Amino acid sequence: MEVTNYAVLASVLFAIGATTVLLRRNAIVVFMGVELMLNATNLAFVTFARLHGDLTGQVLAFFVMVVAAAEVVVGLAIIVTIFRTRRSASVDDVNLLKG
Amino acid sequence: MDNVIGLAPWLVGFPLLGAAILLLGGKAADRWGHWLGVAASAASGVVGFILLAAMLGLPDDGRVLDHHLWTWLSAGGLDVDLGIRLDPLSVTFVMLVTFVGTLIHVYSVAYMAHDPHRRRFFAYLNLFVAAMLTLVLANSYLLLFVGWEGVGLASYLLIGFWDHERTNAVAAKKAFVMNRVGDMGLIAAMALMFATVGSVSFADVLPAAAGEAGPAGRLEPSTGTWTAIALLLLLAACGKSAQFPLQAWLGDAMAGPTPVSALIHAATMVTAGVYLMVRSATILEAAPTAQLVVVLVGGITLLFGAIVGCAKDDIKKALAASTMSQIGYMMLAAGLGPVGYAFAIFHLLTHGFFKAGLFLGAGSVMHGMDDNVDMRGYGGLSRFLPVTAVTMGLGWLAILGVPPFSGFWSKDRIIEAAFVGEGWQPWVFGTVTLVGAGITAFYMSRLFFMTFAGTRRWDDDHHPHESPFLMTAPMIVLAVGSVALGGLLAIGGTFTTWLEPVTGHVEHHEPVLPVWVITTLTLVLVLGGAALAFLQYAARRVPARAPHGSALTRAARRDLYQDPANEALVMLPGQVLTRTAVYADKAVVDGGWLGLAGSVTRAGDQIRKAQNGYARSYAAMTLAGVLVIAGVAGIAAAVTQ
Repeated sequence: MEVTNYAVLASVLFAIGATTVLLRRNAIVVFMGVELMLNATNLAFVTFARLHGDLTGQVLAFFVMVVAAAEVVVGLAIIVTIFRTRRSASVDDVNLLKG
Repeated sequence: MDNVIGLAPWLVGFPLLGAAILLLGGKAADRWGHWLGVAASAASGVVGFILLAAMLGLPDDGRVLDHHLWTWLSAGGLDVDLGIRLDPLSVTFVMLVTFVGTLIHVYSVAYMAHDPHRRRFFAYLNLFVAAMLTLVLANSYLLLFVGWEGVGLASYLLIGFWDHERTNAVAAKKAFVMNRVGDMGLIAAMALMFATVGSVSFADVLPAAAGEAGPAGRLEPSTGTWTAIALLLLLAACGKSAQFPLQAWLGDAMAGPTPVSALIHAATMVTAGVYLMVRSATILEAAPTAQLVVVLVGGITLLFGAIVGCAKDDIKKALAASTMSQIGYMMLAAGLGPVGYAFAIFHLLTHGFFKAGLFLGAGSVMHGMDDNVDMRGYGGLSRFLPVTAVTMGLGWLAILGVPPFSGFWSKDRIIEAAFVGEGWQPWVFGTVTLVGAGITAFYMSRLFFMTFAGTRRWDDDHHPHESPFLMTAPMIVLAVGSVALGGLLAIGGTFTTWLEPVTGHVEHHEPVLPVWVITTLTLVLVLGGAALAFLQYAARRVPARAPHGSALTRAARRDLYQDPANEALVMLPGQVLTRTAVYADKAVVDGGWLGLAGSVTRAGDQIRKAQNGYARSYAAMTLAGVLVIAGVAGIAAAVTQ
């Protein structure tokens, strides 16, 4: 098992997710980018847990999954509600909260 | 004595109660309020008389009584008991205040008859009597200070009684502010007493000043501290008694109704400074320098007042200048030490009678002349106001010091006492008092002749008439006092013996000149002054408009430039200071904080732009922040390895 491969894969996935969040306007796609980043970290957790022979990383991956699931439920609900009122799923249209 | 000393608090209680009822009673009390005021003052007088009679029944050495009422305050090392000190000095004052006070209350009933606010006037008069009695009956400097402030308040309220006239309100404010300067001295003196003796009650402070052991404070008592305390007390006395350099308020205080001028600004309140000096006699004796300063202040003021009095055409202001001058005599006597105390108080007593009588007479003249106060518009009034002319004439002879009238017995003894001593002092002080007596004779005769003698100078609009009985009766009583009181109390040394428990026994001192020479000189000067005034103001026609006059006359007319001097020396620097402080506050303090607030606002305006509402830019910032932290952590890890 070559750790570097897993680490590079996790980094690449995280970078793709982050780029998606920063560049795309569609809220659903931004959401997917977030999920991708979460799963990239999960992969890193599991990899290093295996490497160190320690279960902590694996447990943390489960926690992240649970939190991500909850987040998806709440986040999708918000997106749907916004879409219903504003007929738009663009994150740039919801910019009323500003200084 | 034990059975009547319980009455002592009622001395203050009656007039205080009277003032409270009159102030709270509202319009319902308008009809009978003035008589309640008279009754309260008279009741106090009756109590005073009972106490006087009881005290006369005591042996000489048992006449200083401290009547403890309750513990007033207890704070750390300072315990002040509220109590009453009854001794010959305070009882003398009680009798003067209540007797003259009651007469003036009666006079005011008629004098203020047409004033819509007569009830308020009597409330203030009662308040004054209560405060003045608190002042003289106090057994500690702190309680004395309460009375001291009380009389100041009553004086302020009464000077500005007709405050719909702006000048009256300004005069009241002037008196109040100048008195504050003196009060500062009393407060500072009390602080020093507490620091040196650890107490402010007479029973502790006065023996300590005499060198007797007592409670000790933090400071070691030395001549220096006693001098400081004495000078601060003198400052207080100068403020209250209108002595140089705090004399400027008394002339303007004549803006008040005439009974007020008689009671407060002639007979009683302005003598509180003399009372304070005599009460603090042992402190003064522990500080010879301060004693000298007291004499100097008295001497300067007595000449100052006398010179000003010579040039005033306003009858009340002339009397005010005379009051200042006479109190100068008392101060001088108080500063002379044990030879002078008894005569200071004696002159205070006789002066209280004849000056109150003179003021009431002036009020009666004004009453008959439609409130005109300019003596150049009087002349030949004795035919129209015979009772006033006779009573004022007796007061005039008394203040001149013509034997056997009251003033002769008191003022001549002060002049004699001024001639006692060694070195240059008796000659200087003696001469000052002698010259003062001559000038007094001149200006008082001028006042009398301009008013009652000569030809009429008023126009047909005025119809001079004698005042009602309620006004003339008090004047008659005071005139009798002016004639007889001095001789009655002086012959055989009755009064000096009476005061001995307070002032101590004094061996007879021989003046530097034989007594008969001094008396003759005084009488010659007095007769000379009076004759000069007669030639100028009775034998010759008095011009209805004041002539231009010499430089001295013009200066005296303007109170020897006391107001311009005060304005230049005190008011102007004060104004410059406050204006600078206001400017500094605006420019430096406000400027600094407002500038700081402004820059914070401007910075906020810039940073605000980062909060643009775009979720993606927030995400970018978060990412950037995480990258920075990761970078820093990486560098730190690399460095530590």
